[in-house]
Amino acid sequence: MKIAFLSGKGGTGKTLCAVNLASVSLKSVYVDCDIEEPNGHLFFKPLQVKSENVEVFIPNIDKSLCDGCRKCVDFCRFNALGFVQNHVVIFPNICHSCGGCALVCPKHAIADVSKIIGTIEDGIAQEIRVISGFLELGQESGVPIIKKIMNKIMLIQDFVLIDCPPGSSCATVESIQSADFCVLVAEPTIFGAHNLEMVHELVKTLQKLCGVILNKTNGFYDPSEEYCHKHKIPIMGKISYDEMLGEINSEALIAVRENIKYQKMFEEILNNIIEEVRHETTIDS
Amino acid sequence: MKQLLILSGKGGTGKTTIAGAFIKLSSCKSYADCDVDAPNLHLIMKQNSIAEAQDFYGMNKYEIDELKCLGCGICKTLCKFDAIHKNGKTYQIDPFSCEGCAVCEYFCPIGIISPKQHVSGELLLYRSEALFSTAKIKAGGGNSGLLVTEVKKRLRQDNIVDFEIIDGSPGIGCPVIASMSGADLILLVTEPSLSGISDMNRIAITAKKFHVPTIVCINKTTPMSKNVNIILAYCAENSIPMVGTIPYDETVNSSINQGLSIVDTDCQAGNAVRKVYDKVRQFINLT
Repeated sequence: MKIAFLSGKGGTGKTLCAVNLASVSLKSVYVDCDIEEPNGHLFFKPLQVKSENVEVFIPNIDKSLCDGCRKCVDFCRFNALGFVQNHVVIFPNICHSCGGCALVCPKHAIADVSKIIGTIEDGIAQEIRVISGFLELGQESGVPIIKKIMNKIMLIQDFVLIDCPPGSSCATVESIQSADFCVLVAEPTIFGAHNLEMVHELVKTLQKLCGVILNKTNGFYDPSEEYCHKHKIPIMGKISYDEMLGEINSEALIAVRENIKYQKMFEEILNNIIEEVRHETTIDS
Repeated sequence: MKQLLILSGKGGTGKTTIAGAFIKLSSCKSYADCDVDAPNLHLIMKQNSIAEAQDFYGMNKYEIDELKCLGCGICKTLCKFDAIHKNGKTYQIDPFSCEGCAVCEYFCPIGIISPKQHVSGELLLYRSEALFSTAKIKAGGGNSGLLVTEVKKRLRQDNIVDFEIIDGSPGIGCPVIASMSGADLILLVTEPSLSGISDMNRIAITAKKFHVPTIVCINKTTPMSKNVNIILAYCAENSIPMVGTIPYDETVNSSINQGLSIVDTDCQAGNAVRKVYDKVRQFINLT
């Protein structure tokens, strides 16, 4: 079973939930797809880490073969190639690695060279497998890293928890493609509710089952909870604002290992999620 | 004109709350929300006019005429984005994965693949006492960097102002890098957590690569926050000026939920943010 944690807004508690729920599961795999700012590894401190590079291919022009026909420059939809003083110039940061320029070159003057855009680390922390993607600093898009992580976890049968990037655009879509269920983590502000709505639109578009965890609740008016009631989204759990939990989390400690009270709370949320997935999948089949 | 960009790396550290406060304190005449994935600034910057809305077209998405497709599969073989899938005897393009490179169209032997314009977001421009440019990406939309560039371009339409505030997005990738273009100073809003510090480090290095001067403030500090000292040491070591701390304050959420900025109410965080603002102004004048 694969569960994705997403939120739209940043800082609502995706990592808190994914890390702690992974820690109360018997055998689990924690996957950090927030490749721009991955933090799960700070909590797990995995050992026996194997690291692999993620590469994309960008064009390289053999000037001795190029006759300046400009077919590649005209073809490139991303304007990653320019023609300056009778030479083709490549802007590697804009290149999407579609390979089109090499395919259209009549002189076969374009070859691929690899460029490293990030790494994937795969390690173990107390029986939990921890896989994290890291975008190289200064690189624009980490989608190829997420795609590679997704290929890696495709055949895993264990319980997989996917910590997604904030937002509701392409990187989030890649991260939740293989998820059986999406947990939307929300906070009790109009900011949280507005971004919950955006991410709810996304999971509906992709026809994913979902539930909500209301985090940092304080007993006052919660616009995110109101949104859930209005749209009949099941609530998997509520985590009330708690200074001690905040302090544990800010030290990158795993709350369920620090205090039995949090262990019970996250076990209950985990059960609710598993129940909800079972219930929904039985209705579907 | 001086442009201040507010970033954080980690989400939820308080970029929008601080941007809203600074806009009020400076009576800023031109500001933008570049967090196109999760725009929220409009929720606390109430406008008394209706926004001029405009569709944002991202890259084209390609479509196969399935009635004519002979099922040769050349397009699928050449697509680097795994966007093309077999559906029975013919092929289909998944619009979420298609990046609009046109390779499939160029190589389809019977010419039945064509581009379709694709709305991937909405641009909004408010003109009241100030110019406010914002946007919202469509669910699952791509090209967020291009959309950010458009949001900033719309501020350039007609006004000449001396100070501009840009609320940025979390992360270090395309929308963040796009928002750095034209910025004179970046204020990094961090929080005293190890996650916040790790993320601040990644965005600080990214900002340095793009040669934009950076300053830091720490939000949501509590008397228990041990990590404040780590941040101070980090800033000293990397010669990044520190412009102040803002305490965790429960009343912040209630101001936000009333659609107010924290300087509209008398609260601890609001008072601290005023001091931070004064410091930031000194730095922006130096750039």
